[in-house]
Amino acid sequence: MITNTATNHIKEETVIESLQIMIDALPVLLQGMWLTVLITVISLAIALVIGLVLGIFSITQNKILRGISTLYVDAIRGTPILVQILFIYFGLPAATDLSLNAFTAGIIAISINAGAYLVEIFRAGINSIDKGQMEAGRTLGFSYSETMRLIILPQAVKRMIPAIVNQFIVSIKDTSILSVIGIAELTMSGQSIYANNFRAFEILFMVGVLYFIIVYSLTLFARWLERRLDVA
Amino acid sequence: MIKIENLKKSFGELEVLKDMNVEVKPQEVVCVIGPSGSGKSTFLRCINRLEEPTGGSIYIEGNDITDPGNNINEMRKNLGMVFQQFNLFPHMTVLQNITTAPKRLNGKSQTEADKLGKQLLDKVGLADKADVYPDNLSGGQKQRAAIARALAMEPSIMLFDEPTSALDPEMVGDVLEVMKSLAKEGMTMIIVTHEMGFAREVADRVIFMDGGYIVEEGNPQDLFDNPQEKRTQDFLSKVL
Ligand SMILES: Nc1ncnc2c1ncn2[C@@H]1O[C@H](COP(=O)(O)OP(=O)(O)O)[C@@H](O)[C@H]1O
Ligand SMILES: [Mg+2]
Repeated sequence: MITNTATNHIKEETVIESLQIMIDALPVLLQGMWLTVLITVISLAIALVIGLVLGIFSITQNKILRGISTLYVDAIRGTPILVQILFIYFGLPAATDLSLNAFTAGIIAISINAGAYLVEIFRAGINSIDKGQMEAGRTLGFSYSETMRLIILPQAVKRMIPAIVNQFIVSIKDTSILSVIGIAELTMSGQSIYANNFRAFEILFMVGVLYFIIVYSLTLFARWLERRLDVA
Repeated sequence: MIKIENLKKSFGELEVLKDMNVEVKPQEVVCVIGPSGSGKSTFLRCINRLEEPTGGSIYIEGNDITDPGNNINEMRKNLGMVFQQFNLFPHMTVLQNITTAPKRLNGKSQTEADKLGKQLLDKVGLADKADVYPDNLSGGQKQRAAIARALAMEPSIMLFDEPTSALDPEMVGDVLEVMKSLAKEGMTMIIVTHEMGFAREVADRVIFMDGGYIVEEGNPQDLFDNPQEKRTQDFLSKVL
């Protein structure tokens, strides 16, 4: 009996202590989370532009533009993201005068990586629209780009949303690799805390929860967006 | 109005149009008939350069549409086209399908475009469908909406590529009625069709195509009742 009470007592204390450690870590982790969100938002905005432009390159008649697009997509998809990050941060400055701070290098790496996957998503999305739509638009007198903007893309993007969101989620999680070049994003913030207090369990649990919150918010937003577009 | 000289079109090795010469006068209704694969669609699609001709010239009101110096987008505004598969824009309402082009390309205000759109919907018998999405229309209604969309650019020429071939038989009549009323109003039209009764009634001239050539042409009575060429006779005996 006595031992039992004592164990319970100890358990209770451990839980309270763990919670305290998590709460203490929160300000620093939230800072890291903010940086993760910032890098993600900037990178994905750039990646969307890359995906759209090179996606359209990949479906034009022009062989050179198609070649550029294929080369880019194959190069990025064929190499690990860790190597891409290290290459941009350490590799490029070693060979050129160009030296980037970690934050910029990180954004470039994530943009270029997500961009390649988005090219494929855009290409497939645009190709999935019946070619009669382009013909109907052109026949009315719209230019190629007007037809793309007014007729093809609104239909294609709606179909592409699940795939785009999926890639966004992958990219959000990929930003954790940026800790290797010393960016104090969420994962790195966690590492720096448990390096001092040796409470890896509590800290990494919190890090996981915060990533989940980011990803889950995006998922909810995507569901809302799809429902809204379905009405239209 | 339309003058086509030595029009040729090949897809790679395959020569689909071999030296076509056609003239269409203002307000004339020309029906193009012929077996499947004879090049009717390709011929029609060359006229608004959906297909790039391999040779020859196509003059629309004096301007050569094959001349790269001419603005193809401008010239297409004058050439309405109706497709077998309708090709309505599914993300827009019927009214938006009709008003988008005149608003963006002909400088019409929203109010003017809406007014025009409603007039056209009235004309094709779809006044109550303005705010419906194309997915909720029957085939015949879709095609009539597509005709209204093409008319909204106020073209002086209309091209039809088998406009009733994708329709259930009971839907065909309404679409043909709309086309007849256009013909009565004096619209210049080139119509690829399998509706021989319609061609006989409405066409000023019928062109019979086979193997990328014009085999025979003439007014409907002569061509249907008294075809001169063996190939025309064979074709008509199968379809009539
Ligand atoms: N984009 C294309 N590429 C290759 N061949 C084509 C293409 N379009 C049509 N053809 C070929 O050209 C021929 C004529 O086709 P088409 O003009 O559609 O005939 P029709 O409308 O009289 O049935 C057919 O043999 C068809 O296979
Ligand atoms: Mg055809």
